[in-house]
Amino acid sequence: MAYTIEGNTGPWEIVVGLEVHAQVISRAKLFSGAATDFGAPPNSQVSFVDAAFPGMLPVLNQECVAQAVRTGLGLNAQINLTSRFDRKNYFYADLPSGYQISQFEHPIVGTGVVEIELADGSTRQIGVTRLHLEQDAGKSMHDQSPTKTYVDLNRSGVGLMEIVSEPDIRSPEEAGAYLRKLRSILRYLGTCDGNMEEGSMRADVNVSVRKTGEAYRTRCEVKNVNSIRFVMQAVEVEAIRQIEVWESGGEVQQETRLFDSARGETRSMRSKEDAHDYRYFPDPDLLPLVLEQSWVDALRAALPELPDTKRARFISDYGLTPYDAGVLVAEQSTALFFEAVAQGRDAKQAANWVTGDLFGALNRTGTSIETSPVSAENLGALLDLIADNTINGKIAKQVFEEMVATGAAPAAIVEAKGLRQVTDTSAIDAAVDAIMAANPDKVAEYRSGKDKLFGFFVGQVMKAMAGKGNPALVNTAIKAKLG
Amino acid sequence: MISDFTLAGARAALRQRDVSALELTNHFLTAIDTLNPVLNAFITVTPDLARAQAAAADAALARGDHGPLTGIPLAIKDLFCTQGVRTTAASRILEPFVPPYESTVSANLLRDGAIFLGKANLDEFAMGSSNATSAFGPVINPWTRAGDNRQLVPGGSSGGSAAAVAARLALGATATDTGGSIRQPASFCGIAGIKPTYGRCSRWGVVAFASSLDQAGPIARTVEDCAILLGSMAGYDAKDSTSANLAVPDFAAACRRGVKGLRIGVPREYRSDDMPAEIETMWQQGLSWLRDAGAEIVDVSLPHTKYGLATYYIVAPAEASSNLARYDGVRYGARSQGADLIDLYENTRAEGFGAEVKRRIMIGTYVLSAGYYDAYYIRAQKVRSLILQDFTNVFAKVDALLTPTAPSAAFGLGERMDDPLKMYFNDVFTVPANMAGIPGMSVPAGLDANGLPLGLQVLGKPFDEETVFAVAQAIETAAQFTTQPSIRAKG
Repeated sequence: MAYTIEGNTGPWEIVVGLEVHAQVISRAKLFSGAATDFGAPPNSQVSFVDAAFPGMLPVLNQECVAQAVRTGLGLNAQINLTSRFDRKNYFYADLPSGYQISQFEHPIVGTGVVEIELADGSTRQIGVTRLHLEQDAGKSMHDQSPTKTYVDLNRSGVGLMEIVSEPDIRSPEEAGAYLRKLRSILRYLGTCDGNMEEGSMRADVNVSVRKTGEAYRTRCEVKNVNSIRFVMQAVEVEAIRQIEVWESGGEVQQETRLFDSARGETRSMRSKEDAHDYRYFPDPDLLPLVLEQSWVDALRAALPELPDTKRARFISDYGLTPYDAGVLVAEQSTALFFEAVAQGRDAKQAANWVTGDLFGALNRTGTSIETSPVSAENLGALLDLIADNTINGKIAKQVFEEMVATGAAPAAIVEAKGLRQVTDTSAIDAAVDAIMAANPDKVAEYRSGKDKLFGFFVGQVMKAMAGKGNPALVNTAIKAKLG
Repeated sequence: MISDFTLAGARAALRQRDVSALELTNHFLTAIDTLNPVLNAFITVTPDLARAQAAAADAALARGDHGPLTGIPLAIKDLFCTQGVRTTAASRILEPFVPPYESTVSANLLRDGAIFLGKANLDEFAMGSSNATSAFGPVINPWTRAGDNRQLVPGGSSGGSAAAVAARLALGATATDTGGSIRQPASFCGIAGIKPTYGRCSRWGVVAFASSLDQAGPIARTVEDCAILLGSMAGYDAKDSTSANLAVPDFAAACRRGVKGLRIGVPREYRSDDMPAEIETMWQQGLSWLRDAGAEIVDVSLPHTKYGLATYYIVAPAEASSNLARYDGVRYGARSQGADLIDLYENTRAEGFGAEVKRRIMIGTYVLSAGYYDAYYIRAQKVRSLILQDFTNVFAKVDALLTPTAPSAAFGLGERMDDPLKMYFNDVFTVPANMAGIPGMSVPAGLDANGLPLGLQVLGKPFDEETVFAVAQAIETAAQFTTQPSIRAKG
């Protein structure tokens, strides 16, 4: 069922394209040797090139090129063996040279595709128009002085990949799924850390609305939305705003808008008439970028297994549901953790423990899989204790909580707390006898046909055995003795 | 007589210890003291630095540990960033700018032992053909017309470099050439100068005018001196992505090759009806010298020559408009305060740039604007390809070309200032080499009727400066150009 927004004139379809700016992971900037560490003191990572001193020239960082090509390959995209850098000219205090070096006409990566999974289990293909390399600008800080603006050039010249999607996205959910998937791919590739809070991944959201079957109507671009949740909100509120404009007889104007997350609205930033004329032209300081096919092939051969492939493998090799597999591959670290637990064990059981108990514990304690108090090795050991009947499932939950609290190995916890499962039939028989002796009336009722009381006896016996009785043996014993 | 030294002669005298680097340096510093108030060839003179470098050079010479230029005093065009020495590009906007780095070309010269006397005047940001656009005042040509002491321009933009060398204030100078800025002033001042192939010298640390056209080169009194200087200035530089990764040939040796058997092309499109007859005569004279020296003269055609100037005045301002955006008063250089950021930009740039620079920024901004880009910039780039193709075609048939350097001799200060187009016309013969990236050299060939020097231009194949030097040397040898300018250092 397609997502629509119900207006006064009936349902409206929304059309969304995303432009994602992803900071390239590399030690040095795109065209200078300055470092790129986040959080360094202001203006401590600035070369003369970054500050656009007279006579300074850009030299392309090959590692950034490799990262862009890896990303392109990860997006199943065409790699353009010849691309070019252009200058995008505009004045701003945090743009030292007065132009941004970008790729306008000939990007390094052409069309590709991202497959997204939706909550109802369906998948959709979102087209990628292009990916190009460009420089990031510095940061203007307006809050340091009542009268002055401070400029930090640490970010000036850091490599960005601008990844432009086709207008294929049709709902806020799809926008979120696309961004999550894109971020997942970037993280798998190690080409961008995808950290939207630190600004290393930023999104501009192009939104328009239309009646089903219509051509595209005028779009607005919502700038610099800095979380996936906000992107989803921005899509919705901007679509609703446009529907109101159209339905009140107005016309949506092409413009750039800002998303105000506090007020949950978008505001006009500049109209089409005020749009910059960037005067793009080929940067004469740089030669066309020409790549060898063999180099691209070598990068392709060295790519890690990406989420889609991994997900398919988890489904086929481990027999997981598509949903569980999707959850487990979203983050590479989770997938690694899961595989370490599942190795040589019941994979479905491993998946249940990871997505259920472990995720719950991580959420509760505010930790991540990388810093999990329960190691994959220990969770695997816990599953082994269940499998070899050392403990039963119920005790296992108790042991797991102890593992979360202390980080200890499950065997040690079982020994220390005496949680080993009782499989000694004489001990079980004794416990059953005691319960039957204490409840002659219930025994009589059961024997006169009240089958439902079986559960009562199981519960009482297990309670008497402090939960440690082997459930199957307990059942057998009760059945035998009650007759 | 130190004033009579060529660079090669001074080098020999230094190595024989006939003269010390300090003596040479003091001589030139004194000459600058005397004549710079008249010529205004230097924006900044660095006597202390020069003497310290001279002392180091003398120590090296005493050890027998000398480089190709040890002890040679030079003028450095004030477009080359020099570490710790103010670099202005002859603009108010960079008046207070002291670079914390040394350009690759000037660093190469220092590596080889050169002494820097100071920073030579130029047209503001190298934009001009008369050196009249300098924010530090015009440079005066050391030459005057016979019987007429009115001041003449030295040409531009490397007018300070050319005037300093012609007036014997330095043994040589660095210069840059975007549309003729080495060759035209060399012609106007009766000295030699070469714009090497684009990519031969690193542009790193040279204040950019038009990045796809700018190329550094030397100005000196003789062809051989230019060859010696270029040998030190040139070389691959990983810091300039457009620098050519080629070995630097022995240019000085190439000067001695001769021209026997070379085919010299004469492009018919360089002949125009309004060209002064004496320039045509000089051109024919040059061709007959080469014929006498054993070269074969061949008529050739460069059909797109007539579009060269118009195309140049689209491409160069387009790149300049972007290159000069960095002079905004925010990080370095001059700043004029403003109420807000836009105000600060406007005030800084309004007060910091001169009229010609502003004109070119406006032209460049216009030709790159939406709606005009295709008609101007894209079309100009297409024509540029055709101009390059013209040269590629003729260089399949000939080894070098000979043309006049400029359509006139030096003109009077204040002349041609009213009409920028008249001024731009100075570059008509020099611009095509920049558009095609090929090497071009001006060599003095004789005097016009007023006693002013005229130069001939030798154009060569890409990265074949050696043939250019050989041909220029043949002309220099035949021309026996010994006349000296009226204003010059003596002793």
